[in-house]
Amino acid sequence: MISYDIVIIGGGPAGLAAAVSARKAGIDKILILERDKELGGILNQCIHNGFGLHTFKEELTGPEYAGRFIDQVLEAKIEYRLNTMVMDISPDRVVTAMSRADGMYQIQAGAVILAMGCRERPRGALNIPGYRPAGIFSAGTAQRLVNIEGYMPGREVVILGSGDIGLIMARRMTLEGAIVKVVAELLPYSGGLKRNIVQCLNDFDIPLKLSHTVVDIEGKEHVTAVTIAEVGKDMKPIPGTEERYTCDTLLLSCGLIPENELSNKAGIKMSPVTSGPIVNESLETNIPGVFACGNVLHVHDLVDYVSEEAKKAGESAAKFVKAGGKDTEGGHVIEVKATDGARYTVPTTINVDNMDDLLTVRFRVGAVYKDSFVSVYFDDERVMHNKKRILAPGEMEQVILQKKKLAEKPGLKTITVKIEAE
Amino acid sequence: MYDVIIIGAGVTGSSVARELSRYNVSVCVLEKCEDVCEGTSKANSAIVHAGFDAAEGSLMAKMNVRGNEMMGQLAEDLDIPFRRNGAMVVCIHKEALDGLKTLYDRGIANGVKDLRILTREECLEMEPNLSDNVEGALYAPTSGIICPFILNIAMAENAAVNGVEFRFNTQVEDIQKDLQGIWHLRTNNGEYLAKYVVNAAGVYADVIHNMVSKNKIKITPRRGDYCLLDKEVGGHVDKTIFPQPTNLGKGVLVSPTIHGNLIVGPTAVDLENKEGNNTTADGINDLIAKANDHVKNLPMRKVITSFAGLRAHEANHEFIIREVEDAPHFIDCAGIESPGLTSAPAIGEMVGGMLKDMMKLTEKENWISKRKGILNPQNLSIEERNELIKKEPAYGQIICRCESISEGEILDAIHRPLGARSLDGVKRRTRAGMGRCQAGFCSPRVMEILHRELGLPLEEITKSGGRSNIVLERTKGTNGGEL
Repeated sequence: MISYDIVIIGGGPAGLAAAVSARKAGIDKILILERDKELGGILNQCIHNGFGLHTFKEELTGPEYAGRFIDQVLEAKIEYRLNTMVMDISPDRVVTAMSRADGMYQIQAGAVILAMGCRERPRGALNIPGYRPAGIFSAGTAQRLVNIEGYMPGREVVILGSGDIGLIMARRMTLEGAIVKVVAELLPYSGGLKRNIVQCLNDFDIPLKLSHTVVDIEGKEHVTAVTIAEVGKDMKPIPGTEERYTCDTLLLSCGLIPENELSNKAGIKMSPVTSGPIVNESLETNIPGVFACGNVLHVHDLVDYVSEEAKKAGESAAKFVKAGGKDTEGGHVIEVKATDGARYTVPTTINVDNMDDLLTVRFRVGAVYKDSFVSVYFDDERVMHNKKRILAPGEMEQVILQKKKLAEKPGLKTITVKIEAE
Repeated sequence: MYDVIIIGAGVTGSSVARELSRYNVSVCVLEKCEDVCEGTSKANSAIVHAGFDAAEGSLMAKMNVRGNEMMGQLAEDLDIPFRRNGAMVVCIHKEALDGLKTLYDRGIANGVKDLRILTREECLEMEPNLSDNVEGALYAPTSGIICPFILNIAMAENAAVNGVEFRFNTQVEDIQKDLQGIWHLRTNNGEYLAKYVVNAAGVYADVIHNMVSKNKIKITPRRGDYCLLDKEVGGHVDKTIFPQPTNLGKGVLVSPTIHGNLIVGPTAVDLENKEGNNTTADGINDLIAKANDHVKNLPMRKVITSFAGLRAHEANHEFIIREVEDAPHFIDCAGIESPGLTSAPAIGEMVGGMLKDMMKLTEKENWISKRKGILNPQNLSIEERNELIKKEPAYGQIICRCESISEGEILDAIHRPLGARSLDGVKRRTRAGMGRCQAGFCSPRVMEILHRELGLPLEEITKSGGRSNIVLERTKGTNGGEL
């Protein structure tokens, strides 16, 4: 069996940044396994700009942003295998992979970094009634068809869901000459970034109907019309509010799901909130030496944060390998909780002895909050109270903890992140 | 001119075709859709019923029990995924316990083997997720689950290998008999002539029958909505769990599928529209409510798709399999609703036998009784898989991530007899696109493979034939370059 110090599952933004940081941390034998025919992941089909404002202080397109990291991977001569599907990860970190070129084979990994990304929630999972014709796409599939393959799915479009990919595709389809008739969103707020609503919908006069959903799809062979209706507080359609739109395409942008099939098979514990692994301050899962970062861990809004998180995962994996494949034992472990509007945190535990001087705790809120406070409690003591003009589920939030502050409190058991009105 | 024309390439038509392929006789199957298994055969519960439901002495009961008996050997011969997982008809009201005995007696009269009535305790021991209200159940170990697509496809493929011709996208519009007694079938693709006709047109069997007979029949499309759940929860129950039957049918069942998903359904709504296989919010809600009566903690958040099928319901709830009185040499297979899938092998055997006698057919010497299915590399060891990839590198390239389907399997599906020509054709043969992401990732890749292998422009690749094209045209600024 071949062996590597670190095997990284996925060559998208998370996997690339993790590889680069692990190399900088002094690890020699690193292997990236990528299922697609090129590195870069989903960024390759995100040809719009707006990437890299935090990381590179400039506006890049998706492929350009990926390119920056691919260049670093190539420069560092980090090994990667394309068109390679990972079939299994065992709890003792044996990775089973397969490709046309290499057949099926196993790799003993010193550490594994999970960076498989996420996928879109399909029509079936939404229980949208109606026919099941051609012309219904998840927004990301349509994005691939338009931006990579160079084909238009249709001319008259209705979009359900206001996730970022849906918003981006509303603009993209418009620029390609299609008419986007309406974007319907089940929730009373958009799940996408504010800037995307402005730049992709408002600037093109595309109506966004909040608290609306699709109640019927017509067309036996191909979509011919879609009916939307307003929903009440119970999320059920309100009779009499139906509006019918003739169209040939229905795009769905109704949420992203971390792709954790491999993690589940390996026995990694999952968070029911994020659908991603439960991790500690080192982004390590319950299986020693298996780390996670990027959208497989929790769905991010900006790729810049993915890169930042992945850098940390790469460093942690390097540390694990250098320690001879062992976690440091003992230490002061603190639980991190999300309550009162904060839906989850990553990480959920902090071993103070293992943390860096600064630790970013990322989280999302469950509803829109105006003029509210992000508060952090050390047990019952409030230690942080930051006013925010707006907090929205579509945008990821973070608080930064200092090691020295935590080290000052050896009896500290729980850190709680919550949203407070005052 | 053909000796026999079969109208419809669903599971009934394909079974008749396979049975006839044993004999020295020319056979052609006319199918209005672009593939086999496009109507009732593709959207049902996929259960091989034991046979205790149908009325004692009915043809339906006879076909059901015989079909169930035949299924094991057929599945082996044609490489069809099939398992006898057993079924339970669950009683949740004490006062209805007598109903189980009635079903038991009917089953015994119909010739169903190994039936047993279970106590509440026995039920819960076998199926811990049954409702807390369970009072008892009828247990039928001979009941099974099967891949309905492969059952249909395998019989058609095997028929084709043995010389039966198939004409797709060919809809029968009119049927006349000439003075020599030859049937003239007018279609959208020209006229077809035959000495004998078998009507296996599913929900359209009445339309076809009424073209040749004064004694009109009516087939009512009875819609059933279903939900299919993720494989993650496929083990919620092991047996097929039925409620006690009503006059609308066997009710909403909960069952594992042969591929490890969980299926919940169907509802029963009578329609006029023979194409009305759209799901409805009411239907899905109704279904969820009913399923929860018998099975607890149903993880309905794990639904990966919902769909609806149309049963070909005839008012007497009986199969009509006979030569039409006022149209000699014209055989109906009408009213083939549940247990139609189970009965298909028996119906094929019966109609094949009828035609053999009527036409004095002789058996072929070189009839091929077996069919090898598409290889499932997931059953191979790492070493075997490596050998395979060395020989056929396409088996090393995963196309459908959710179901782990390789390009090798898709190429096989396209190039075998009656091969796939659309996304759904590939899906039904290989399961590519049938997983939890519902083809989000693999559809562009399968399109690319179909485009390359069939030499069709991408704009002409369809979801399921007809006007179900996936993409419309090139984007601006692209000039028809290759993918």
